[in-house]
Amino acid sequence: MNKEKDGGLHASIMIQQIIRNAICIFLCILSLIPFWIMIVNATRTSVDIQSSFSLIPSHYLMENWQKLLYQASQNVPLWRYMVNSLIIAGGSTVLSVYFSTMTAYGVTAYKFRGASFAWAFIMAIMMIPVQVSSIGFFRFMYQIGWGNNYMPLIIPAIAAPATVFFMRQYMISALPLEILDSARIDGSGEFRTFNTIAVPLMKPAIATQCIFAFIGSWNNFYTPSMLLTSQAKMTLPMFVQQMRGERFRSDHGIIYVGLVVTIMPIFIVYFLLSKYIIAGVALGGVKE
Amino acid sequence: MAKSKSNKRKTVEYGRYGYYFIAPFFIVFAIFQLWPLVYTLGLAFCENYTDTMWNVEVGPTFNGLQNFSTIFVGSDGSLFDTYTFRALGATLIMWLMNFLPQILLALLLAVWFTDTRVKIKAQGAYKILVFMPNIITAATISVLFYKLFDYPNGPINQLFVNSGLWDKPYQFLNTKWATRSIISFINFWMWYGNTMIVLTAGVLGISPSLFEAARVDGATSWQIFKSVTLPLLRPIMLFSLVNSAIGGLQMYDIPKLLTTSGFGDPDYTTRTMTMYIRELAFTGARQMGKASAVSLVLFVVTLFFSLALFYIMRDKDAIREKKAIKAAQKARKGAN
Repeated sequence: MNKEKDGGLHASIMIQQIIRNAICIFLCILSLIPFWIMIVNATRTSVDIQSSFSLIPSHYLMENWQKLLYQASQNVPLWRYMVNSLIIAGGSTVLSVYFSTMTAYGVTAYKFRGASFAWAFIMAIMMIPVQVSSIGFFRFMYQIGWGNNYMPLIIPAIAAPATVFFMRQYMISALPLEILDSARIDGSGEFRTFNTIAVPLMKPAIATQCIFAFIGSWNNFYTPSMLLTSQAKMTLPMFVQQMRGERFRSDHGIIYVGLVVTIMPIFIVYFLLSKYIIAGVALGGVKE
Repeated sequence: MAKSKSNKRKTVEYGRYGYYFIAPFFIVFAIFQLWPLVYTLGLAFCENYTDTMWNVEVGPTFNGLQNFSTIFVGSDGSLFDTYTFRALGATLIMWLMNFLPQILLALLLAVWFTDTRVKIKAQGAYKILVFMPNIITAATISVLFYKLFDYPNGPINQLFVNSGLWDKPYQFLNTKWATRSIISFINFWMWYGNTMIVLTAGVLGISPSLFEAARVDGATSWQIFKSVTLPLLRPIMLFSLVNSAIGGLQMYDIPKLLTTSGFGDPDYTTRTMTMYIRELAFTGARQMGKASAVSLVLFVVTLFFSLALFYIMRDKDAIREKKAIKAAQKARKGAN
């Protein structure tokens, strides 16, 4: 009797497991299928893409790729957009992560008048999106001669409240303040203590935030598309926008291969670092 | 006594380094975020546009509430029947259409992934794949979906027509609700993995002894979900709600790059607030003044959600404690 009941329970768990796994697998396919169609179409000729739907790759990838390179080089070579995105994302990542760690250190390691107010203020401005002040930002940047320039895309990264927030959460648990006292006794200056003791201890959090800051900047379309005007300075997402335009409209294979090119770097980074990225999201590290 | 005095002097001395460490953040914030915000607020009360005939900038000159009157009152005098409020409506509709299914699915997956009875072994792989669209460039995803839903020969149309399900291709991106649905779907599809991971972390943060106690008392899975998981998860769910609302109000990349002309087709029904602001400021007569006023409306709406967030996330226990202490003090005074 008892055994039978156990068996029934076991069977119902099995059924549940099958249903849940099936739904999860369906969702995974849903995540992948648009990208798969993209990759497949990148390997087909424009005529094939126009005439039929297919999930099986063909063998025109190199041809499409060469055509894309040629078509892009009529204007600005493709690698240029990648380098541009890399410069902006790299620069803003270094600045935002270093200065955010510094800010978090300032409010965590020191007791000074206004420290708790400064912290509350940082939390509050986390809620103000940059989009609401974009008109003022645009005009101001052109007034100081920073229009069509990378500076407004890199320098403001120093004030990244969400990163500061994450850094402080981590610092409270990972940075014992006694260490700082012993460094002081050993005669280390405050900035040296920060750079040689606090920063190394914060490495895991710094790595996580570097990933998020880099991806965030790499994917950013809003601000660059507002400020950058010359073709040679455009970023990868801006090039993606142009692929919808007249220049590429005639050949569908080129567009798909172009989309693959813009996605590949992130695909690679993601599948190498997905463990850390997901752990970082679970800690509430990403806010966009 | 002397010792404590010297100690105090020392902490004060080190304390000033705190200002040095936080100074770069606040200086950069003041220059690149605060000043532009104040500047935008100021421009909202100014006449500022470019005369397209002579290509000269007019203003900025103070004109009071004129920008706002064109925002709140339509050309036929009806209140709120303006492009601004249509854009706000479209933004909120598309946000709701993505958020409701998003939080439901995320919640379901979070409960499944933390279920100790029915274990899902491959959940690490599922999480990686389900989260993936979140980090892919939104611009690329939008152009990809623009191609997928192309008329008449996009892959989706081919799939339905070639399989004989439909007898002619459908103009997805020329139909109001189809376009809105696609935009909402992309948002949903990009974000439910993120929400799921946050909620999973939330469920894992609940003390396991609570679940155990409920199970010992003979509660069913549904009862446990309804009476233990859901109430304890409420703060984190509200947090995702408000965070998603703040982000959703700024929606730009996807409708900009998905819609046919890039201006919220068909007939501006998928034009969001940020798209409208950019269109006012950077096309045609470059109406910076009015664009700033619309920004201010967006700011106020966003602020409303932010304050709601603070209200939700406030430390209720601390407030209750304070109240209790005050009440106790009062009672003691009364007794004295």
